[in-house]
Amino acid sequence: MSISFNPWVWVAAFLTLSMMSFLYKDNIFYKIGEHIYVGSSAAFMLIYLWYFDVKPKLVDGFMYNTGINKWILIIPALLSLFMLMRFIRPVAWISRWAIAFTVGMGSGLGITGLLQGFLVPQIKATFLPLYVAGSSTLSTIYLSLNNILMVIGTLSAIVYFYFSREHKGPIRKVSQIGITFIMIAFGASFGYTVMARISLLIGRVYFLLHNWLGLV
Amino acid sequence: MREFLQKAGNIDRRIIYLLILSAVAITILLKVSFKSTPLPEVKRSYDIINSLPAGSVVMFSIDYDASSMPELDPMLRAMLRHCFEKNLKVIMLGHWPLGLPLGQIALEDIARQYHKKYGEDYVFLGYRPGLQAVMLNLGKEIRSVFSTDYRGTPIDSLPMMRGVHNYNDIAVLIGLEAGSVGDMWVQFANARFNQKIILGSTAVITPDLYPYLQAGQIVGLIGGLRGASDYEALVKHPAIASAGMASQTVVHVLIILLILLGNIGYFATRRGK
Repeated sequence: MSISFNPWVWVAAFLTLSMMSFLYKDNIFYKIGEHIYVGSSAAFMLIYLWYFDVKPKLVDGFMYNTGINKWILIIPALLSLFMLMRFIRPVAWISRWAIAFTVGMGSGLGITGLLQGFLVPQIKATFLPLYVAGSSTLSTIYLSLNNILMVIGTLSAIVYFYFSREHKGPIRKVSQIGITFIMIAFGASFGYTVMARISLLIGRVYFLLHNWLGLV
Repeated sequence: MREFLQKAGNIDRRIIYLLILSAVAITILLKVSFKSTPLPEVKRSYDIINSLPAGSVVMFSIDYDASSMPELDPMLRAMLRHCFEKNLKVIMLGHWPLGLPLGQIALEDIARQYHKKYGEDYVFLGYRPGLQAVMLNLGKEIRSVFSTDYRGTPIDSLPMMRGVHNYNDIAVLIGLEAGSVGDMWVQFANARFNQKIILGSTAVITPDLYPYLQAGQIVGLIGGLRGASDYEALVKHPAIASAGMASQTVVHVLIILLILLGNIGYFATRRGK
């Protein structure tokens, strides 16, 4: 056993235990940890944005660029100022221009990105042959079954979200198959979520036992 | 008996927390280990990096922060180890400002172990806001987004970066993801520029990324602590992820038992009524 003599490890251990203490009940140590986290994150974010964005792209850009590359920077600078107008009530409406620019750019990029990078390739990926010849009978069954499941799962899940007609008769039956597939997907997601949360606990416990207490 | 089952179905949550904490701590202290075979998608990621010729450029994107560190930091370290062992060049950037220093710490730590030089073998570019705009511009010219590295050094003065201009010069992009940035990489870097992508992700978002793997939009997927532990095994350097997997297994068994107990308690209570 070799306890760490690094003061920062002690600080991290104290904050880890403080945050975990919330599991018992809300307390002063948890509040201290929470406030330090919020404060330091905000300060860190501010400094990062200044050094990695505003200074190199805007301030240095304006000082060292020439011609159009210099003067075009007036547009983002103005939009940034417009955004800050939110704090001055009589001219707060100007901030909507900056927000409109951000929303417009975001939706433009989002729509094209989703169509080109998600919807079309994902639809393409479900156009699968229902019979795949494998190297053996078993692999043929496995590969074919896999594709059949994929196609049935996709179609039935889409039917489940088809709300233009009442779910009666064949539509109801197919949508029930769809909900079964969706439930299986939720189950897989839940399993992975449990794994993720336990991993976080493992990480902190390992830190306490290894880095702090030196027990392992 | 019924009374016992009813009580078992209503265990105080704090007792459950304590049980889980004890299970994790005891398994780590006893250094329990289980053997597992690497998942095919992790093996494929390993094989892709393994097949790259020395000198190829690999780009890491750090899209997580401290809250996902236990899963993604071991993954990053194992992959960096693999890259440096294969003499690949590493570029690191990221879209989560709060997590980038974690990536930088791991990069410098592993680079030191392999005697790699900054600017020649690896470069840390840092962060630029804009997400999609950054990804799109990286496909045209890296310098239009990162004219300097995080220290302010012009990237043209870094020997490693002289021939690197856009995705055409990057063999594989490895995104370590705790949120939706991985989707963006697929939608912008892969769909528009055909960039080969491997995603390493927290277990929470891994199921959402499998469709990309199935559709061939990403070439590899490393999910959660299990994925990290598989990669550690593949690079023959078991570390924290491998140590944690035994706890993971024990806790999963415990959770299944608790779910069963809760359900038995529920049915016992219902029958009692």
